[in-house]
Amino acid sequence: MELFSLAIRSIFIDNMVFAYFLGMCSFLAVSKKVSTAIGLGAAVIFVLTVTVPVNWLLNEFVLKEGALSWASASLAGVDLTFLRFIMFIAIIAAMVQLVEMIVEKFAPALYGALGIFLPLIAVNCAILGGSLFMAQRDYTLAESAVYGFGSGTGFFLAIVALAAIREKLKYSNVPNGLKGLGITMLLTGLMGIAFMSFMGIDL
Amino acid sequence: MSTETAEVKETKVSEALFSKRRKKLISDPLIDDNPITIQVLGICSALAVTTQMQPTLVMAISVIFVMVMANLTISLLRNTIPSRVRIIVQLAVVASLVTLVNEILKAFAYDMYKELSVFVGLIITNCIVMGRLEAFALGNKPYDSVLDGFGSALGYSWIILAVAFFRELLGSGSVFGVEIYDGISSLFGGEFSLATNGLMVSPVGAFIILGLIIWVQRTKTGYVEH
Repeated sequence: MELFSLAIRSIFIDNMVFAYFLGMCSFLAVSKKVSTAIGLGAAVIFVLTVTVPVNWLLNEFVLKEGALSWASASLAGVDLTFLRFIMFIAIIAAMVQLVEMIVEKFAPALYGALGIFLPLIAVNCAILGGSLFMAQRDYTLAESAVYGFGSGTGFFLAIVALAAIREKLKYSNVPNGLKGLGITMLLTGLMGIAFMSFMGIDL
Repeated sequence: MSTETAEVKETKVSEALFSKRRKKLISDPLIDDNPITIQVLGICSALAVTTQMQPTLVMAISVIFVMVMANLTISLLRNTIPSRVRIIVQLAVVASLVTLVNEILKAFAYDMYKELSVFVGLIITNCIVMGRLEAFALGNKPYDSVLDGFGSALGYSWIILAVAFFRELLGSGSVFGVEIYDGISSLFGGEFSLATNGLMVSPVGAFIILGLIIWVQRTKTGYVEH
């Protein structure tokens, strides 16, 4: 039940995009067509679900203060927390490489559609943000897996919804200066208000 | 005398320290080619800290430091980095610099460190940093790269500071923690008080303010996205 409420919270209330502004670059750039948005969203869900628990293991058994005590008693006082950024980003880059190879092998059409944005998932703030939030909030392994999946799903929902709106938006008459990025920011703000309505829910 | 002629010779060969082209490297990203409003880069990490001016200023300074140093490092290494592993090398350089900033904040400004929490770490994945490394530092000399990094980071900084200014003023009635709304109402003998707008403190406020800034800025520069 605890895990379920964590999932709901990370999808709707603490939504990566609307509450923390994470993953905005790809959120804005890949949200022109629903089909590409679905592809990127799915890739983000997958990468987050894999990297957050893997980084949890890394954090728990290597980086945390005293985490190395399993290796030898003399290492019990070692604190490698300062290496967190580099290690997390290295794991993420490796995982993204893996996903890229899998997608290229099994779904070449999707690979072509995602283009440059698949490798750029490595520098998607949502992915690193997920791992950093996991470390900051002291999740357990199960919680971190659920959190990774939940926040990925939140991103998926947000980007697909925005892409759907932007497809319709092509037919409307937007002032010149607002075209593209401007109107998208305002739209994101309005969608954020919609997501705010979940805030009162106490699970 | 002889040293003087040598110096003259050198200035003839190399460019002036602040030549027109180099000034453009700094001034272009401020308005005409702004990383946030025109290039749509780096909206990711830093908007979350824009509820108050002070953390935003710390964030802006951190980004300027990271970008200048990263551009310099990558530019110095540009001929030795194999292009296949360049992304990893760039990430490693940026992550080291961000770790440095993080540790400095932790040591000297612990409250600020707590407030910015994970968002300092997220400078690593800020698209502007990677974007400039990829687009400029890999192909240009160190000094030019430093200027380019400085310019882009400044262009980024003034936008997030502008967003923070409006969010803090409208949302909390203050600027840099100085109570503006209270001051105004006491100026009129406390007969009325100005109401703060809670929406501005929530993330939604940042989206809307940024959307409006983009609108104004693009209308002024005449940039139209198709």
